[in-house]
Amino acid sequence: MSDVLDAYPQLLRGAWTTVQLTVYGSVLALVLALVFGLAGTARSAWVRAVGRVYVEFFRGMATLVLMYWFFYALPLVGFRFTPMAAAVLSLGLNIGAYGAEVVRGAVRAVPKAQYEATVALNFTPVQRMRRVILPQAVALMLPPFGNLVIELMKGSAVVSLITIGDLTFRAKQIQNATGETLWTYVAILLIYFVIAQALQSLVRLAERRVDRMLGRRAEAT
Amino acid sequence: MEWDWHYTGDILPDLLDGLRVTVTATLLGYVIAVLLGLVWTLLRRTPSAVVNQTVRWVTEFVRSTPLLVQLFFLYYVLPTWGITLGPLTAGVIGLGLHYSTYTAEVYRGGIDDVPRGQWEAAVALNLPRSRTWLDVILPQAIRRVVPTLGNYLIAMFKDSPLLLGINVAELLNTAYTTGTHTLRFLEPITLVGVLFVLVSVVSSVLVRRLERRSHATD
Repeated sequence: MSDVLDAYPQLLRGAWTTVQLTVYGSVLALVLALVFGLAGTARSAWVRAVGRVYVEFFRGMATLVLMYWFFYALPLVGFRFTPMAAAVLSLGLNIGAYGAEVVRGAVRAVPKAQYEATVALNFTPVQRMRRVILPQAVALMLPPFGNLVIELMKGSAVVSLITIGDLTFRAKQIQNATGETLWTYVAILLIYFVIAQALQSLVRLAERRVDRMLGRRAEAT
Repeated sequence: MEWDWHYTGDILPDLLDGLRVTVTATLLGYVIAVLLGLVWTLLRRTPSAVVNQTVRWVTEFVRSTPLLVQLFFLYYVLPTWGITLGPLTAGVIGLGLHYSTYTAEVYRGGIDDVPRGQWEAAVALNLPRSRTWLDVILPQAIRRVVPTLGNYLIAMFKDSPLLLGINVAELLNTAYTTGTHTLRFLEPITLVGVLFVLVSVVSSVLVRRLERRSHATD
């Protein structure tokens, strides 16, 4: 056990890589989710179809298969990715597809009267989204987004299979160096658990803030 | 590099073999997930606070840590305790255990959705506890959650490539090994991607149809 504890700098470095992957992946996923999710609510059938195709394709694809494709297959036709880029792209594209469904659902769940009111007040489409629809939709999006970020963090463990030095990769190294199989895996499982709990509290904090911003449950907290 | 159709045809039988392993692992894991999930849910409803809290934290722990690490744990740690599992067995147990913590939540939601009147009626009729659960509550709860459970089958199918981390010869692993022999990765891995999207899209269409049917009978 002490061997594993002695290797803490390695574990910390691995955990930092995992956190970085989670942050980059989530940012990419969020952007994709907003773009394709809003495309899914567009009036034009063509734009909606683009949203659908993205969602169906990347939800149906396994992250690891995508990652292998970016990392092993695409370089052969001339597209080269660093392992980190391949990992962030595949994690982001995959979770982004789930996020797009969340965005679409949340936007559609905003009461129709809100939409009609913006038309009556002669808002431009951009104002309508920014000032009225999105702020309300965000409150609905946050809890599922929180789950998705945790899924992404967990999913990031597979990057160790394409040689990125994340927490799982470090664990394998420590396991090989010390022969301490049990404590190595107990240690990293605990670290993953702590990261997940931290993310969850962050999301809860954000939920409370958004609720207060919208004047919902202001006193309850 | 050009796409080589001849080579594609050559590797297809191997890949289909891999797909069979993938599907087997997914289905066996799913059986574990569906049964064990129900066990977690029922244990959480026992009066004992110790059992309740233990199950709560164990499932929370399993749910918020990566499946890949859990697979490593089953495959590398258990042998040091004298329990040696083959790669496929470890993979099936890992998949099943991980997703049982998700299905437990699904069942919980389903049981909460059963109207209170049903419980009260069971009490009024003086049904024993086992009959209340088996004949009144569970049949209604499970019918409601079938589509959601179906979604988790698809999710498990998509997580099954992780089994290559513990040397299971599933689809992606087969493709990768084929690729290392010939140094051509483009065709095998692209094919795997196509197969995955095909299976997932077809099965999600089926689940959606199931969903619509269960809404129709409500």
